[in-house]
Amino acid sequence: MKNLRTTTILAMAFISLTVMSCKESKKEVPTDTVKPEMNHNNMNASDDKMDSNTQNPDVKLVLADYMTLKDALVATNKEQSATAGKKLESSLSSFNVSSYTPEQQKELNDIITDAKEHAEHIGKSEMSHQREHFKILSKDMIDMVAIIGTNTTLYQQFCPMYDGGSAWLSMNKDIKNPFYGSKMMTCGEVEKQIN
Amino acid sequence: MVAFVGIQFVPTKRNQSDVVPKTDFMLVNKVPNGIKNKLQVSCYDCHSNNTTYPWYSKIQPGAWFMENHIKDGKKELNFSEWGSLSNRRKASKLRSIIKQIKNDEMPLSSYTLIHRNAILSKAEKQEIIQYITQLKNSL
Repeated sequence: MKNLRTTTILAMAFISLTVMSCKESKKEVPTDTVKPEMNHNNMNASDDKMDSNTQNPDVKLVLADYMTLKDALVATNKEQSATAGKKLESSLSSFNVSSYTPEQQKELNDIITDAKEHAEHIGKSEMSHQREHFKILSKDMIDMVAIIGTNTTLYQQFCPMYDGGSAWLSMNKDIKNPFYGSKMMTCGEVEKQIN
Repeated sequence: MVAFVGIQFVPTKRNQSDVVPKTDFMLVNKVPNGIKNKLQVSCYDCHSNNTTYPWYSKIQPGAWFMENHIKDGKKELNFSEWGSLSNRRKASKLRSIIKQIKNDEMPLSSYTLIHRNAILSKAEKQEIIQYITQLKNSL
């Protein structure tokens, strides 16, 4: 009897936890426009030659390819995700770090090497594996954007349920979950607005 | 028959090294003996710079298969060069190790078919996963 009681309590706790974490996405979450300090400092300190209004085309391309991958995962389309992964691997390879400080270059090269490996794996895996790699790839992208900045507004979004909590970047404010797709499309919330 | 004899003369690269580099996983980390042994027996043949070659691996086409496995294995993960990875990359590799063992994708069944001592029991897998998880969390 004691076991049944414990199980019931645990089940109730689990259910309420599940309901709670998904409910958060339906709440109106106030988002402050956060302009990370690094963004401006890097733009000024790292490259006087570059006009801060002109987006580095490499940055634009990498972000665009990442978003294509994200959308393919939202649609739970394995083939499209694989194609997008390969494309992203390629745009990461051609990313030119020379306009950044030596310290930033070191960090960027580390991020790019890691991100490329995840993109490569996404190019040849099943959906569940693709999503596992996308989690770390997204962390890499978030770290990369913190260094290189972005002219486009980006939203850092977070799903508390996938693998203990996972974040990703989006150009749209409304939540479309790349880790669960239609199974739990709106699960998540905007954590941060970048630029 | 001629072809079989013929292919024996095609040379294959040997993945062997007498030196354990200071970047080796076992030197960089304090690995408990039990886990050390299992990793060496079940993983190191394809995931390090030092493969133990049994007699039948010297015969073609066995040697080719081995060479490809070793090439692919080292590209994905090389325990001999562990120390040269950044923390970011170490974390990524550790995650992959955990997942592959958990999903029974590693060690390869084609490998354990021949190397029976490389088979990991459920308990052994748990032990390794626990250690690798702890290592990942300490980064």
